[in-house]
Amino acid sequence: MVDAALAMVPELEIPPSPDDLPLLEAIGITKLYGDFVANDAINLEIWPAEVHALLGENGAGKSTLVKMIYGLLQPSAGEFKWQGEPVELAGPAAARARGIGMVFQHFSLFEQLTVAENVALGLDNAPLTGIEDRVADVSKSYGLPLDPRREVWRLSVGERQRIEIVRCLLQDPKLLILDEPTSVLTPQEAEQLFRTLRVLRKEGRAILYISHKLEEVRALCDTATILRGGKVIATCDPRAETAQSLAGMMVGGEVGVVRSDGSKKVGQPRLVVRNLNFAPDDPHGVKLDGVTFDLAAGEILGLAGVAGNGQDELFAALSGESLADAEAIKVDGKDVGRMSITERRRLGAAFVPEERLGHATAPRFRLSDNALISGHAASPMVRRGFIDRGQMLAFVERITKAYDVRKAKPDPEAMSLSGGNLQKYVVGREILREPRLLIVSQPTWGVDAGAAAAIRQAIIDLASRGAAVLVMSQDLDELYEISDRLVVMCAGRLSAPRTTRRADRGEIGMLMAGVGMKGAANAARA
Amino acid sequence: MRLALERRAERSVFIALLSPLLAIALTLATGAALFALLGKPPIEALRIYFFDPLTDPWALQEIAVKATPLVLIGVGLSLCYLANGWNIGAEGQFLIGAICGGWLAVKTHGTVAGFWVLPAMLVLGALGGALYALIPALFKVRFGASEILTSLMLVYVAELLLDYLVRGPWRDPKGFNFPTTAEFDAVAAMPTFIEGSRLHWGAIIALLVVAWATIMLGRTLRGFEIKLVGAAPRAARFAGFNDRTLIVVTFLISGALAGLAGIIEVSATVNHLQPNISPGYGFTAIIVAFLGRLHPVGILIASLFLAMTFIGGESAQIMMKVPLDLTKVFQGILLFYVLACDTLILYRFRLIFAPKVAHGVR
Repeated sequence: MVDAALAMVPELEIPPSPDDLPLLEAIGITKLYGDFVANDAINLEIWPAEVHALLGENGAGKSTLVKMIYGLLQPSAGEFKWQGEPVELAGPAAARARGIGMVFQHFSLFEQLTVAENVALGLDNAPLTGIEDRVADVSKSYGLPLDPRREVWRLSVGERQRIEIVRCLLQDPKLLILDEPTSVLTPQEAEQLFRTLRVLRKEGRAILYISHKLEEVRALCDTATILRGGKVIATCDPRAETAQSLAGMMVGGEVGVVRSDGSKKVGQPRLVVRNLNFAPDDPHGVKLDGVTFDLAAGEILGLAGVAGNGQDELFAALSGESLADAEAIKVDGKDVGRMSITERRRLGAAFVPEERLGHATAPRFRLSDNALISGHAASPMVRRGFIDRGQMLAFVERITKAYDVRKAKPDPEAMSLSGGNLQKYVVGREILREPRLLIVSQPTWGVDAGAAAAIRQAIIDLASRGAAVLVMSQDLDELYEISDRLVVMCAGRLSAPRTTRRADRGEIGMLMAGVGMKGAANAARA
Repeated sequence: MRLALERRAERSVFIALLSPLLAIALTLATGAALFALLGKPPIEALRIYFFDPLTDPWALQEIAVKATPLVLIGVGLSLCYLANGWNIGAEGQFLIGAICGGWLAVKTHGTVAGFWVLPAMLVLGALGGALYALIPALFKVRFGASEILTSLMLVYVAELLLDYLVRGPWRDPKGFNFPTTAEFDAVAAMPTFIEGSRLHWGAIIALLVVAWATIMLGRTLRGFEIKLVGAAPRAARFAGFNDRTLIVVTFLISGALAGLAGIIEVSATVNHLQPNISPGYGFTAIIVAFLGRLHPVGILIASLFLAMTFIGGESAQIMMKVPLDLTKVFQGILLFYVLACDTLILYRFRLIFAPKVAHGVR
């Protein structure tokens, strides 16, 4: 039996295991949704002390598979073996009882509760006393800084992810499943996470690692299973492959490379931010301190920084979700600091927030209704207070065509789209309005390689048509790929801009950590 | 084999429409069991409650009369609920509407005031209800006070105010010490369609309100705003909608419609002010709003159904000697089942046939 399984995956290295049995084995796992085959006879082995990558495009069936491993879904056919014995994973509690922990891409946290309370809620039969200390201990020893007493709604995405990881670690899992864990981390933070994961591997734990970042899979993982269209395409040693060959297996063809046509002309300053001081209502939010920068027509300015350093506040102030001083923000010379988001949209600005579900879109609303969220400000979809459904549907159709949004029916609910497709919809919704100014936060968070390339290309094309674009991202590679100039945000302050081609990665990393930020505001003005 | 609740990828429109019917069927079954326990023949009792009113022309008219306030209040409440504002105090807004409109009737009683009295009463009633609903809305927006508690408590304030007025300053001097005002003059009474019938023009006003709300919710940006603020507050702020303003707006509309219902009810059927002018329309309308899927047309249908239980309850009391409060029991059971069945809009039942496996693994 074991020999037969090994013959199918000859590249697999066998780590030492007491009884030579995989920790978890999936045998012919199939999941049907009506006629749709989400997983088609999947075979998979995960060994103790192994970091196992699960690679695949959006819709390849990765989420379905890990949800079955975590007991959230039940397979239509096939079975799981845990340490050699058949198991029925009836629910997450049953999975956790075996020693399976999972960190989701979309966090399930109660916003009004504290970090410690959220952790306690996720634990089975945990004593509530001393939970704060235990959270503090685990977060410290694994290098995941967290204040157990803070309420979740005050935390950034990066910090929220740490809660989920700490929550799993408190349960002492044998198998830890991570869904796109580094998509919100800085290079340094990601490196720290890898150190944590390597410690976990040394402790004999297995890790199932879902990611689109091929370089990071090659650096970290011992084995990679590649899914396409619900089937296992290959199981290989990622260190023996190149990123290109992995990507090729993933998408079943060549991946397009983002490029600008080189005929770029940078014009007049379109967005001018001068000495923007902004104290958020939330006492734990980050105070913006003298933020100053220019953004010219035709230019892409990249804003790097660790999550929770004032990017959310800056986005809110620039978009008009929060109001600032009138003169602090100028668009085409006009004071807009106290204008509403609707008035700013009418001036030709467009915004893409970080959270696509719940912020950029209403999860249970159809795409046509979601088109109105930003479209009602200035478009033929609304006339004299009356909405035009035909126009809304036509607009959805245009987005679908231009950005290859894949969906099961013409006008589904936003929630039913995969992350990458919804992000393409949201970015497309704003870019198709041909904004003169685009402010976009985390444009490709948790998006597969194909969709990410399409989104970056769309942003570059928009800038080459003369729009000014500000991209806030924690993915430094992305900023290096698409931006003309770079600024770094740390603790509510902004560094002087640097030309991206000449910016040193080490120096940017130091700025992200707050070294050398003094006098940044003045330097930017010069 | 086991039964599991599975989340649906999309909300099921079919179940959303089926759910109220399922809830009604379950209510009837529970009702039959209840009657059997009381020692009454269940089938006959259900017939008197839910079927006989449909066969009697008088009762049909009466259903329309009783449905009128339910439609008006229910439509208003649905706007609040869609926008995530929980106005539980429609009963109070109804009473204040009746008091404000009734004030004009009392003050013009016996004078030569003309045809303008009734329209002015309607305006005053709507205005009074709106202002009364403004209190919990402002407390919520300004101080963060729970509108559920404040709006509910204001119901009792309104009840006591009405009680005071009809026993004190507004009492009819020729009323043999009964706690009522004088009968309204003809110019202060809502006209009926046909002489001697009880069906009045208020029913037409209710239908117009349904039409207005259907268009407003389905076809206007304001309707979109109401639904978006309730469903995804953060996305609503991103859209540039102000949830605080909207709470005030929906409470004003809801209060105005409840107040209008109050003054219509008084001017059309009661014709004077007295302590008990409402058999709990303001609370029943909460059930109506949910049974009607928070949709104006659904609310119209749900109002007719619940109006029927009022009529059926009265006949059952007369013919079978069951307590009138049984009607309220029915309404409560119905709301319970509607909310329970609504689970099926987002979830579905699924029988899972899994191979039996040993649970103990080392």
